[in-house]
Amino acid sequence: MTDVGRIPAEIADAAAGPPRSQIQVVPLKGLPIVAVVVAFVIAAIAGNWLWALVFCHVVGGGLWTAIDLFLGLIIGPILGRLSLPARAEFSARFMPKMVLLMPTLVLMTLAAGFQLALRQGNLAPTSHNHVWLIVSFCVVGVMAVIALGVLEPANIAVLFEMRKPVPDGEVIARLMRRFLLTAGITGLMQVATLIIMTRVATQ
Amino acid sequence: MIADQAAAPVRPIDRRFPPVAELATVSLALVVVGGVLMASYVPRRPPLGVPSAIAVVSGALVLTSVFLLSRLKPFAWDRFFLVFRWGLLAYVISAGMIAFAFIRDHTRGAPLALVLGMLVIFAFDVPLIIGFTVARYARVDE
Repeated sequence: MTDVGRIPAEIADAAAGPPRSQIQVVPLKGLPIVAVVVAFVIAAIAGNWLWALVFCHVVGGGLWTAIDLFLGLIIGPILGRLSLPARAEFSARFMPKMVLLMPTLVLMTLAAGFQLALRQGNLAPTSHNHVWLIVSFCVVGVMAVIALGVLEPANIAVLFEMRKPVPDGEVIARLMRRFLLTAGITGLMQVATLIIMTRVATQ
Repeated sequence: MIADQAAAPVRPIDRRFPPVAELATVSLALVVVGGVLMASYVPRRPPLGVPSAIAVVSGALVLTSVFLLSRLKPFAWDRFFLVFRWGLLAYVISAGMIAFAFIRDHTRGAPLALVLGMLVIFAFDVPLIIGFTVARYARVDE
């Protein structure tokens, strides 16, 4: 059996990151923050509270779009040029945070946005914004399938691989390829979202 | 030499698997399409024919996926269930929030039942894909 594609143990050990067995797939310290955010979104929907709905939708959506584009256009290409140990160390510290951050932002944005659209009457068939919102549902649908069906499983599988005493670089490379393959689609969808949302807000 | 080769375990990355994740992802895509169709009619009552057909096909795909998964031997089942149950908890909460939004907005009767059915598929699909993707790269003894 060849070791090509594997991160040698000495390189893995040389990385100044946390010991591999201590890489947390889900950072437990972040869970109370997620719980507070989810409770706030539920309260905003239950009370049909305009300021809170706008806050959740605009802040969540702004962060979601900005982080997605920043990662795809700035961090991704830089990461691709780093050495394997540097990439592994960055990913070990960065990806667990994304496991909590992105689903929370998506939930916050979509749940609040749907309620806001109903409250403002934008979903009514007579509204000028109705068609734009249906297009935005489709855009979000494509992003949801890519995020939940392709990227999140890869993200978590990479973290589990990196917890192993000798991570298999070939497995990590194969899983990370998914990020490169879908970066263009998600980037395009995020730009479409920006166009749709600014149209909806100004009609 | 030949005996050594025969005894050498296959690396997880070299092993071929049935399309468990692919079927579950198509199933997920179908419930998303069904959800978009239903949501596009809110606050009116949506026609249920197409979304019902989509939900049935989606359900059939996820069941096929589970059937294919159940036949895998050997497989890192401990790793699969570890990821699956935490994923299930997270996505039941997500699906619960979406259900709450529909109930809050007075969706009732058959449309609500259909939305809930789609959400059950959604909450099952995602942990299934994540659990399978993690476990397929795990050694069986891990």
